[in-house]
Formats: sequence, C-alpha cells, structure tokens
Amino acid sequence: MAKSFLSIEGLAKRFPAPSGGGGPLTVFEDVSFSIEKGEFVCIIGHSGCGKSTIMNVLAGLDEATEGGVIMNGKEVRGPSLDRGVVFQNYSLLPWLSALKNVTFAVKARHKNWSREEVLAHSYKYLEMVGLSGGAELRKPSQLSGGMRQRVSIARAFAIQPELLLLDEPFGALDALTRGTIQDELLKIWRGTNQTVFMITHDVDEAIYLADRILLMTNGPEARVAESVEVGIPRPRSRDEIVEHPHYYKVRNHLVHFLARRSKELAGTKSTAPGGKPETVRFGAEDGEEPARPSIYAINQ
Amino acid sequence: MEGLSKPLPLRVRSIIVSVAILVCALGLWELSIPPQQAAGELTEYELLTGGGAPKAGIPPPSQVMTKAWEQLSDPFYDAGPNDKGIGIQIGYSLYRVLTGYFLAAAVAIPLGFLIGMSPLMYRALDPYIQILKPISPLAWMPLALFVIGDSQASAIFVIFICSIWPMLINTAFGVANVRKDWINVARTHELGSLKTAFIVILPAAAPTILTGMRISIGIAWLVIVAAEMLVGGTGIGYYVWNEWNNLDLTSVIFSILMIGVVGMILDAIFGAVQRAVQYAE
Repeated sequence: MAKSFLSIEGLAKRFPAPSGGGGPLTVFEDVSFSIEKGEFVCIIGHSGCGKSTIMNVLAGLDEATEGGVIMNGKEVRGPSLDRGVVFQNYSLLPWLSALKNVTFAVKARHKNWSREEVLAHSYKYLEMVGLSGGAELRKPSQLSGGMRQRVSIARAFAIQPELLLLDEPFGALDALTRGTIQDELLKIWRGTNQTVFMITHDVDEAIYLADRILLMTNGPEARVAESVEVGIPRPRSRDEIVEHPHYYKVRNHLVHFLARRSKELAGTKSTAPGGKPETVRFGAEDGEEPARPSIYAINQ
Repeated sequence: MEGLSKPLPLRVRSIIVSVAILVCALGLWELSIPPQQAAGELTEYELLTGGGAPKAGIPPPSQVMTKAWEQLSDPFYDAGPNDKGIGIQIGYSLYRVLTGYFLAAAVAIPLGFLIGMSPLMYRALDPYIQILKPISPLAWMPLALFVIGDSQASAIFVIFICSIWPMLINTAFGVANVRKDWINVARTHELGSLKTAFIVILPAAAPTILTGMRISIGIAWLVIVAAEMLVGGTGIGYYVWNEWNNLDLTSVIFSILMIGVVGMILDAIFGAVQRAVQYAE
C-alpha cells in the first residue's frame, strides 16, 4: 500500500481546550486511506466531521495535528501547483475576467510561456467547460453560478495538477446545471486521466462520478470508516446507471450509513490494521439485500 | 391625454431645481445689499467727513461675477508678489497639495501593507497612529518651521502629515481584510509574496485604499488654505487672506468659490479612479 499515488497516514486534527473551559476538541483522528493514480474518489460525511479540513490538509492550506500525507513518495508540505483546488464558493478573483482568472493560473504554472501560448492553453480549457463566444471576457459577477464554477474547474484543470481537489463543487448549483457540469467534469477527467478527490453531500452524485466512496463517521473524533467500491462500469449514463444491479445496493448502503451508522460508529476505533477503512464491495454473486425498510423512508 | 404625457427624467428635473435654487439665492443676495446713498442727499459736513465715499459692504453677486470674468479671462498674469492671477495662486496650492499628498501616499501605502499583513506590526504601531492621528495638522506648523526652516517645505510637510492617516489606516484595513479564499488561491498557485501582493492583495484592497486616498485629498485641500494663510507668500489661502487685508471682499468671495470648485474637481478625479478599481463580488 505504500506504493499508492497518494497515501494519507494517521491524520488527526485537534484543537486545544478553549480558555473558557472544556476539554480539547478532536475533530477527526486515525484517518488513513490511499488513492491510486487516475482514481476518482468521493468523500461523504455529515457537516462537522472534518471533510473540508482533510481536503485543506491535502491542498497544503492547513496542517494536521498528527499524521501526514504522502504524494508520489514525497510528503506534502504547503500548497503546490501539483494539487489543483476547486473551492466550494468558486474563489474566482472578481476583478479579473473569466479568461484572466485562467491565464493567471496558467502563467503561474508555465512561467516561461509566451503570451500566445498562455492564451491558447487557457482558451482550450475554457472551451472544454463550454465557456466561449465572449462569455470568457466577462467578470465573475456577470456570470451565473454555473458559469463561475465552470471557470473555476477550467482554472484547476488548466494547470494540469497531478491531483485535483474538489470541495463540494456543485453544492450551490441547481439540479440541471449540476448535471451538465458533472458530465463535463467526467469528460475532462477521462480525457486527462487525472486523480480526483471530491467532497460531496449528494449520494447520487457520488455514485455517478466516483470509483470509490469514502464514508466518514460523525464528528467529533470522526474517522473514515468505510471505503465503498462503486463497481459500475464506465462510461456511465444517468438513466442507465439506475438499472445496474449495484446501483441501489450501493445507494442504500450509503444512505443507511449516513442515516444511522455514521452516528453509531461515531467515536469508535477502527479494528482494521493501520486504521484503514473497511472495504465494501458489492459482487454480482452478493444477492441478498443489504437494505432495510427504514432506509426507503429516508429516501423519499 | 395630458395625464399620459411622460414626466421629465429625474436628471432633468433635478437640474431645473438646482438652477431655480441658484437664481433664488443670487436674487436674495442681490436684493439684500442696501443701495449706496446718493451723494446729493448728504450735508456738506457729511461730505467733508468722507460720507460720500462708497461704504465697504458685502458685494452683490453681479460684482462677484464681473470679478470672476475679469480674473478667469487672464488667470496667469504676474504683476509682482502681491498681484498674481488666480491661476498662478491655485497652481502654487495644487503643487504643495499634490507634493505633500503623493509623498504621504508613498509612505502610507507600503506601510499600510506592512501593518495589514503583519498582526505584530499592527499592534506595535497602533498606539503611535492613535496618538498622531487626532493632532490638528496646523499644530505641526511651528515645529515644522523650526526644524525644516523653509516655509514652502513646511506647508508641504503639513499636507503630508494630514493626508497620511486616512491612507495608512484604510490601506491596513483593506489589506488585513482581503478574503482568505483569494489568499488561498494565490497560495495554491504558488505565487511568491511579491506576486501575491500585486496580483491578489492590491486589487482586492484597491477600493478601500482609494477610499482612503479620496478622504486624504479632501483633507489636504481643506488644510492647504489654512496653512497658506499662515506661511504666506503664494497660494490660494494666502490670496484669500491678502484680499481680506486689501478689503477686497469681491475677490475674497470669488476665491472662496474657486477653492470649492478645485476641491470638487479633485474629489471627482479620485471618485473616477475609485470607480475604476471597484469590483462586484
């Protein structure tokens, strides 16, 4: 497992006891998992379990109290262009046009490129996310939420990072726009074979996009309890995916975890060696129904 | 049909009201000046004691307008130290204001950046700023005259010291409050501190900095009039005081109006720059 592209080992985030009293707070601990090159991994958990902190540690924007992150055999220290980030609120620079938001990133990546090279490269990625024909010259405030997120994705892909980190990228978008941009994200991901790590709250989104879904127990003292392999072949289409025998098994498992087990498992220690999450795989021979009636009630 | 006719646009209506107020004010001013008594009605004694000479009084607007026309048609004449055109006087004042102001900007903006980016420096320098900020700029004048020795340079120093504070405080505030997300964008793109300052922090804080610069130029223009009354020699402030000593109230009123017009133009210029760096989130 040490040869994984990305390996997270024994990560923990603790805050010292506040001066007003009370004990120290452990947001999460014993978080260990690994991601292979080219994999698309989603992480799901309730608010407050520290998903965003884990992502910020991966991005190098935050530091864990314990443990470390190793990418390509090197420890992650500080932010780097090898790890592109798409923030939840897009984080575009509002005084720059969409195009300039991308060119500044491309310039940061390729310092010796000429103006023409930078422009051509930026346009290529903006067109990939469907932003062209004048819209790229607008300021972010003149673009819709979906358009802004497209620019943000174009910016992250344009620097061609080895690892792409997405923090609830579609959280603020309406369902239709979300679907379109998800498809675009998958298309670009397939074309570039990048490794993607994404935070989401949306179970269906995770199944549609990911190879593997990490499930976190509730905080405080959260941990990554399970790693669910989706096992649905690609390319996936939105209407056919629900026909696949694994779809509802995976979905019910996720919903059940979020509705009940994330709470039950909160604060418990991992039994697996090295704190690795338990792998959940749904084989074709696994005929029995893992779901319980209560889950369907939640699904409605 | 008349009820359906479109009302005039707000802009036009506001101009009509403005002009009406001006006409009324000027009319009242003109009418409220008592007419000079005709010499014929005076006794011989009164004539001998100077009663026939025109009494000093507030000049009517018509006289001020004549003066304005006279001055503005030849603003740059120079007939000795006490008789220079209004253009030359304003030019001297603007030279002092802009020199002091840009020197202040050159100090305040980098220093504001430092204070805004470093909580340590913010805390360390805050007491000095709090003590120095409320000092009336003219209070510095005697010290400036003694230390610098030159009255011209002292006036520039007074402008420098009064315009530095709003710029310094606004720059520090703007820089300290740049959104964390934008700083994170700079960090994930491995921008160095200098590049972060110019690509992210400066444009992000620019509207706040420009607000400080606009406040400063307004204060500088207020202070220069008082400073020039003290140091004398040249400038619009000296001109006002000099005309008062000459008992030429027409020139005093005219120069008061010119101070207002120049102040308005300075503010409009900085307002335009402020709009140019403004961004919508």
